[in-house]
Amino acid sequence: MSILVENLTKQYGPQKAVDDISFQVNTGEILGFLGPNGAGKTTTMKIVTCFMAPSGGDVRVNNFSIHDHPEEIKKKIGYLPENNPLYYDMPVLEYLDFVGELQGIDKSKIQNKIEEMVHVCGLNAEKHKKIGELSKGYRQRVGLAQAMIHDPEILILDEPTTGLDPNQIIEIRKLIRHLGKEKTVILSTHILPEVEATCDRILIINKGKIVADGTPETLRKQAQGNEVLRIQIADSNNRDKVISALQSLETVNMVDPVINSNDAFIVQSKVGKSSRRALFNLCVQQKWVLTEMTPIETKLEDIFRELTTD
Amino acid sequence: MKKIWIIAVRELKSFFDSLTAYILIVVFLGLSGFFTWLFGSDIFFIGQATLQPFFSVAYWTLFFFTPALTMRMLAEENKSGTIELLLTKAVTDWEVILGKFLACLMLIGIALLLTLPYYISVWALGPVDHGAVWCGYLGLILMSSAYISIGLFASSVTNNQIVAFLLSLFIGVFFLIIFNELSSGFTGLFGEILDYLSLSSHFESISRGVVDSKDVIFFLSISIFGLILAESSLSKRNIVE
Repeated sequence: MSILVENLTKQYGPQKAVDDISFQVNTGEILGFLGPNGAGKTTTMKIVTCFMAPSGGDVRVNNFSIHDHPEEIKKKIGYLPENNPLYYDMPVLEYLDFVGELQGIDKSKIQNKIEEMVHVCGLNAEKHKKIGELSKGYRQRVGLAQAMIHDPEILILDEPTTGLDPNQIIEIRKLIRHLGKEKTVILSTHILPEVEATCDRILIINKGKIVADGTPETLRKQAQGNEVLRIQIADSNNRDKVISALQSLETVNMVDPVINSNDAFIVQSKVGKSSRRALFNLCVQQKWVLTEMTPIETKLEDIFRELTTD
Repeated sequence: MKKIWIIAVRELKSFFDSLTAYILIVVFLGLSGFFTWLFGSDIFFIGQATLQPFFSVAYWTLFFFTPALTMRMLAEENKSGTIELLLTKAVTDWEVILGKFLACLMLIGIALLLTLPYYISVWALGPVDHGAVWCGYLGLILMSSAYISIGLFASSVTNNQIVAFLLSLFIGVFFLIIFNELSSGFTGLFGEILDYLSLSSHFESISRGVVDSKDVIFFLSISIFGLILAESSLSKRNIVE
């Protein structure tokens, strides 16, 4: 089930929260929605889940438009809103039953579904308590359980792992990865390693506009442009000689000695070229011992910072 | 229809889970019982087998009773954000509004059912005009539904329960007293309009046993108008500027 967002715009007074964004998410894809606070992530999610109407543009879920068939879309979406609002005065099981019935699950199947969700989300020990009595992590699990209870084809999760402890975070990520195989998942988060651990595709949004779209690898490549290697050459007493030899290689753009080290260098290649082979050959020829050659990758944090700060 | 029922049942349960339902029922029965049987122009004072004293007390108690029920309905959901969770389920805005309306009406229905012993006692005391009694109950239910929809509207425009409570009392007091008072000061068409808008004359004629379609239409149109306002205030998040 695919989600197609076309020229979506949402205006709050003079401010554009979402500014003409378009993207598509396909079945089996986990899309990570990244962006600084107030970038328009939550607004976009609220529009896709048919809570709010956009000021302009359209969202199509399996060719149903949010303007014409919100009922059809709502049935297929499981949504975990930001801050996870729940009825605190309801017991967990009763709440799941309420949501299940609202989503139109058959009376005969509802009990099974509830049990399944209690099991999947690890709620067994707390299932008879009122939601208000649960800790934040357990409330988050209830939020996930209510989002998934009707086995939706699309899951939209606004910061799903906030308030969870590291073990729970890993479990939830595993769960999301598992679900993402056959469902369409959009999740928003501030936690960058989380995106790398769970998402197939990243969408970075800033001030209501999409500033990057792609897999973590392609984004890194785009941001980096050229190959950067860290090398270490043992037994070379003359640093300057090594530097000039490296510099004379055809594919090398720039060589920097690493500070606080006698034999380590950072070698930047020219755009689109790789110098690994040439470097190796050079060392063989000069009888230098190459003890390290590591590609340096741009971290997602750097990409994020570069794209979202002015 | 099914969705409305599911929401109504949940709301009704939450009335009974919190103490709201019990307190309001006890207060309602206590007040109306006191004034019907023990104090002021009660049944023994009048010396007739009639439920008129009960209806005139309930006329006032329900005026305060209903806003206390409805104030929570949407204001709390707005405040806690659960409204977002509710409206992104497979339900329409109307189903949410009608479900909440039905829940309040059911609770008032339960409270009124619990006053049936009054009816039976009066019946045992002497010959009762059964028609008038049932009409009186019908009048109370119609009046409550008007108050409920006013209350739901008040609750939908704010996320503060106290504001919702006071606002629905404020709107209610126009229909209860102010239009009536004003109508005596005006003549002609304007006076007639004010007189028509006044709730008391409509309720009085029903509780005396005269069910006129004019009165029924009056209560139903307030209810429907209130619900439409509540629904549009709920869906104003969808307004495209």
